[in-house]
Amino acid sequence: MDLSTRYLGLALRNPIIVSASPLSADVGMIRQLEDVGAGAVVLPSLFEEQIREEERLVDLLTSVGADSSPEAGSYFPAAVEYNAGPVGYLELVAKARAAVDLPIIASLNGTTEAGWVDTARLIEQAGATALELNIYRIASDPSVTGGQAEADAVALFQAVRAKVKLPVAVKLHPYFSAFGAVARRLDDVGADGLVLFNRLYQPDIDLVRLSWCNDISLSSATEIRLGLLWLSLLSGQLLHASLAAGTGVETADEVVKYLLAGADAVMTASALLRHGPGHLRTLLGGLETWLDARNFSALADIKGLMRHSHPNAEAQERDDYIRGLLGYRGPYVEV
Amino acid sequence: MTAQTAIMDGNTAAAYVAYRVNEVCAIYPITPSSTMAELADEWSSAGLRNIWGDIPVVQEMQSEGGAAGAVHGALQSGALTTTFTASQGLLLMMPNMFKIAGELTATVFHVAARSLATQALSIFGDHSDVMAIRSTGFALLASGSVQEVHDLALIAQVATLESRVPFLHFFDGFRTSHEVNKLTLLSDDDIRAMIRDDLVRAHRGRALTPEHPVVRGTTHNPDTFFQAREAASPFYAGAPAIVEQAMANFAKLTGRAYRLFEYDGPADAEHVIVLIGSAGETARDTATILNRTGPQKLGVLQVRLYRPFSAAHFLAALPVTTRAVAVLDRTKEPGSAGEPLYLDVVTTLAQATAAGHWPVMPRVIGGRYGLSSKDFTPAMVKAVFDELAKREPRNSFTVGIDDDVSGSSLRFDPGFIIEPDDVVRAVFYGLGADGTVGANKNSVKILAEDEGRYAQGYFVYDSHKSGAQTVSHLRFGPHPIRAPYLIASASFVACHQFAFLDTVDVLALAALGATFLLNCPYGPDEAWNHLPRSVQQEIIDKHLHLFVIDASKVARDTGLGGRINTVLQTCFFAISGVLPREEAVKRIKHMIEKSYARKGADVVAKNFAAVDHTLVHLCEVAIPKTVSSDFERKPIVSPSAPDFVQRFTAAVMAGRGDALPVSAMPVDGTFPLGTAAWEKRNVADEVPVWETDLCIQCGQCALACPHSVIRARFYDDDRLADPNNPAPATFKSAPVNARGYPDSRFSLQFYVEDCTGCGICVEVCPAHSLREPGIKAINMAPKAPALVETERENIAFFERLPANDRALVDFANVRGIQFLEPLFEFSGACAGCGETPYLRLLSQLFGDRLQIANATGCSSIYGGNLPVTPWTTDAQGRGPAWSNSLFEDNAEFGLGFRLAADMHGGMVARLLRDLAPQLGAAFVEALLSAPQIRESEILAQRARVAILKQRLIAMTDESRALDLLSVLDYLVRRSIWLVGGDGWAYDIGYGGLDHVLASGRDVNVLVLDTEVYSNTGGQASKATPLGAVAKFATVGKRVARKDLALQAIAYGNVYVAQVAMGANPQQTLLAFREAEAWPGPSLILAYSHCIAHGFDLRHGMRQQELATASGYWPLFRFNPAMRNGGEAPFRLDSPRPTISLKEYTYNELRYRSLATMKPREAAELLILAQRAVLEKYAEYEALASRDGSRFQPDASKRKG
Repeated sequence: MDLSTRYLGLALRNPIIVSASPLSADVGMIRQLEDVGAGAVVLPSLFEEQIREEERLVDLLTSVGADSSPEAGSYFPAAVEYNAGPVGYLELVAKARAAVDLPIIASLNGTTEAGWVDTARLIEQAGATALELNIYRIASDPSVTGGQAEADAVALFQAVRAKVKLPVAVKLHPYFSAFGAVARRLDDVGADGLVLFNRLYQPDIDLVRLSWCNDISLSSATEIRLGLLWLSLLSGQLLHASLAAGTGVETADEVVKYLLAGADAVMTASALLRHGPGHLRTLLGGLETWLDARNFSALADIKGLMRHSHPNAEAQERDDYIRGLLGYRGPYVEV
Repeated sequence: MTAQTAIMDGNTAAAYVAYRVNEVCAIYPITPSSTMAELADEWSSAGLRNIWGDIPVVQEMQSEGGAAGAVHGALQSGALTTTFTASQGLLLMMPNMFKIAGELTATVFHVAARSLATQALSIFGDHSDVMAIRSTGFALLASGSVQEVHDLALIAQVATLESRVPFLHFFDGFRTSHEVNKLTLLSDDDIRAMIRDDLVRAHRGRALTPEHPVVRGTTHNPDTFFQAREAASPFYAGAPAIVEQAMANFAKLTGRAYRLFEYDGPADAEHVIVLIGSAGETARDTATILNRTGPQKLGVLQVRLYRPFSAAHFLAALPVTTRAVAVLDRTKEPGSAGEPLYLDVVTTLAQATAAGHWPVMPRVIGGRYGLSSKDFTPAMVKAVFDELAKREPRNSFTVGIDDDVSGSSLRFDPGFIIEPDDVVRAVFYGLGADGTVGANKNSVKILAEDEGRYAQGYFVYDSHKSGAQTVSHLRFGPHPIRAPYLIASASFVACHQFAFLDTVDVLALAALGATFLLNCPYGPDEAWNHLPRSVQQEIIDKHLHLFVIDASKVARDTGLGGRINTVLQTCFFAISGVLPREEAVKRIKHMIEKSYARKGADVVAKNFAAVDHTLVHLCEVAIPKTVSSDFERKPIVSPSAPDFVQRFTAAVMAGRGDALPVSAMPVDGTFPLGTAAWEKRNVADEVPVWETDLCIQCGQCALACPHSVIRARFYDDDRLADPNNPAPATFKSAPVNARGYPDSRFSLQFYVEDCTGCGICVEVCPAHSLREPGIKAINMAPKAPALVETERENIAFFERLPANDRALVDFANVRGIQFLEPLFEFSGACAGCGETPYLRLLSQLFGDRLQIANATGCSSIYGGNLPVTPWTTDAQGRGPAWSNSLFEDNAEFGLGFRLAADMHGGMVARLLRDLAPQLGAAFVEALLSAPQIRESEILAQRARVAILKQRLIAMTDESRALDLLSVLDYLVRRSIWLVGGDGWAYDIGYGGLDHVLASGRDVNVLVLDTEVYSNTGGQASKATPLGAVAKFATVGKRVARKDLALQAIAYGNVYVAQVAMGANPQQTLLAFREAEAWPGPSLILAYSHCIAHGFDLRHGMRQQELATASGYWPLFRFNPAMRNGGEAPFRLDSPRPTISLKEYTYNELRYRSLATMKPREAAELLILAQRAVLEKYAEYEALASRDGSRFQPDASKRKG
């Protein structure tokens, strides 16, 4: 069975990519993921805030008490002051590349075009195969229009794009008023791939302590539908960018569905965090079984099979939606 | 090839050479020499090679004594070896120095010369230390400038290799060691060309080796010792010529010529000053100016090679026309006929004259100057020349002070200034925290990096660790700047903190027409009206140009927070005219990139933005012709302060300490307590505010407060409505929430002017609002002027409330402790300090009978650095008696307290029994056998002692009564505490501490364990944990911290506790009380968070909790007394680890930075450290399961 696919211009042995999560923070685990069949690995996200905060903290903490006392010009060895960069992350990139033959995709997560984007260059130097730029921004400022938010996202991508030559994917949330236009714009300015979707962090409230709860929940299979929808709409519409989907992959079924909708690759982390890295074998096995059962000999045969071919996709979508609504049946709804 | 220039301080200039020509550095940090050792370590860690291509080994030792021993050993084994030290450190090296010299061993010690501790410690510069070791047999070579330091460091190395006489190369501590100046660097080729490898091999050839064995270090008898001592004499006789030749070779190579005795002045000079060190530059320049106008012909002779003292060279350098010589010594030798250099000069001239080698014996006078970095100025040089011109000049004079006691001082005219017009002189007043000094160091570099441009920077700091004031003195000009003294007349004055206008006369140094830059929260139109009258007047009188900028706002707006350095540095360049503005901006940005690039692109970007914003917001203020302000600078201390504070302390606080006469000084270093309370430093921007309704009155805030600014009292509620003393309307109180106090109120009072704004109180407060998110019973609020005013009134009222009766306070819990008056308050320690809460607790529990021996370190600096002390007294005038002897001897010093107490306690008993017939046997017995553990028992004993005192005073004809009166104090049980940091307890004082613990005597040791040398800047100690980064452990410490507790427990009779107030304050309290009650030695290891750990100290107590939760810092008590009741003596007070070590350690930069620098090593060390923590915990658990019989027996008779 030929499961190979192309993503970001890279040849993958199969379409299942381990997405950014704590799993890929460890080189030993990355080796395991290779052994269980991963097509590629995305390293944990290096956050803009993390980079900026670390720089700020090191600058601040090494300056506390510095040049304030006749007895002590500083309180740390000079080397501490000068190693604020993401050295650890870069070392992970380099070690992961040396340890496995898989493509190693580094991940940067940020929202602004400030100095931190220079980190992309360092990541390229460290040997990453590709870079995933995770644009995670809640437009909390009501004076920011949708147009501005879109322009900012594109500009941020361009700022990173300008720093590196390696393939760059953009991971986005779906909450743009015209997501398709954003996707096309990114495609136009050189995005090598789009990853659908980011799950926006939605906090809860602790009623006892009157504080926000900052826990993060893992995704579930029920969340794949928005991705399916947009994949099916974008598949075949972009000139350059390949497509990956990455929310709610729990079983091989979700993998297949994403591929059918038009994904070039499918990402998972939650399922592996829940069931362990060995689960990746189960997903692959399930994919192969499904293809086999229908006599498909290659993955390429099903990619985008279910993409919307309707000339007026919007009308088709509305039609599907109306039928869905009208067709709802439940205990409190009369048939 | 053009020689490379560089901008560096004296320490760097010395270390640069020393590192390149040595193979081993064995060191121990001590101010002001620490930088040299730190640099050597840094270079070695970075793999920098010496001129032979090897990376020198740098070894931090446990003391200077240890360093000298290691140096001696390495030398005897053939390695080229050096060390860096100063002051007391040099004295600790002295025994080895005799050995090293006696064995004719080539080495150079580089010394940043510093005062010796006498009536007081001083970290500043003079020659007391080097003069004290002049009999060791080391050659003494002195440098007077940063360039000289660099050059003579090499010449000393060349000379020692050839002469085999060891050299001590020294320069003035701070004045030269810390002055930043431009110098021409020696290339490695230059250095290589000077060092003869045959001599290096000869040095190695003298090493001990079993292949050609010899014995060295033998013991002699009267028959041979004397002759053997004389056998080395030819080497000393030959040394001056060798140095002279080395200097000549050096001059050929570099063009910079030096002489053993550097004479400057006319060849037919009549009056000559002879001196050593940086003052030579001042004297030379002054003489040059004075010679222009005459009438005397003045010369200056600077001594470079002081030992061996070459009379021939001295006489050759001194003009034969000299009629009068003034010899200036930067040291004092009480009781001597004169100071050392003076005696040498007199002897040399007298011998030469008597032998007919010199025509006429000149008049020679000697004087002292510049002790402890007292500024030595051209005006003082002139005063000395003026004195020499007198018919009967004074001998043994002093210059630079007003000695109104012995009348030794020469008068000088401070207005005598010789600085050339082409030198820009700028003075900057800043805070340590605002980055002023760092920015100015950069400015010096920016301005001096061009050919033909020179700059000099010197920085003055006060002694506070929080809110420290800095004054930067910068000179820029077209010629090399040789002015090793402070600026007296500045063409540019910058005041980086608006609040300074209220406390410091920042314009005192402003020259006529100078530019005055003020960081000011008001715009150009409003600023003038917010200046005190005297400031306005001075601006008008001196025709100053005033520029204002709200630097704090620009810094905030550009994301730099409180760091205003870039903003104000830009202002300086924009308006001082030292460089064209555009060029200056370009240079600043270049420097920012250079300084901050490795800190991250974001840091660079923010600083760039700050530069651009600054230029937009900087404005000149139009100066009116008349003053308009209706307010004046406030008095520096309250008018109600005691006389001593008004007369002495306030003068020092205001920066007028230099003007205090000798008569104002205590003769023996004795000072009163309670002075910190008068120093309202107002360093916090935010202060705590109390929510009475939410407060549960638990006392956690008062316990955790590092600066004792939170006070609690309970009182009868009718006090609030007392018509004679009504409570201010804003005074806060709440009903006492404990049972049994129906008509009582509780108040928490915050001393906002003494608060440093650390926020620890807010973090430890457990009371959350149920209705308002984020609100606690204590919250930080901006310190508005109105708040300060109301709190002043509230504090005054609070202090009129009666202090709570100690006998009524429950000492057993934290809630009760808040009502005990702290006798340690408002120290200058860092905001959020982890040490001071323990000291305050100590003072609360035992303060009125407490005697403290305090090791040198942070606690001796915030505890006893002038102008004030935080130690204070209670209403009865009782309080901690505190003293600092040295760093290394604190345990022994404290044991001495105990020995005297035991001795005098015995004497009291004897005298009381002798006088029993007169005093009454029952009364005497009560006095001698009274239990004194509980506070009520102490009170009862005090009452008995008061009665006894009255009776003894009445027994006027009984000498034994007078004797008894003289030692009566010991009838109240003395609480003797030996306090210090881990540097003392684990390293330099460890041997003594161990001995004291083994003595069985009743002393209590409190180790404020920050796990590094905090005071000198975070060097590793043996308390530094595995995997933590510190200076001398740059790549993470590879050896686990010493388990001092287990070592002490091994004795069986030592009470040992490990505490962390943030983890369990109740256990801390229990440990302090048990330790104090145990009538043998006690040791408490107190976890103390520190700025050298690298986290926001606001979360200090939380971090302590995590340290314990991870099992890294288990809490325990080993109480030998428990055995008496058949109980297990070792109590493990904290549970098994509940979090991983990483969850604790990686909150701190000292650990996390290693993960950034060396991730793999950090990960490995973390695994090892985690294992070690679990293993150690298991070991303690095993101890906790042992009964008393399984520890060493306590054979002390005292406890039966």
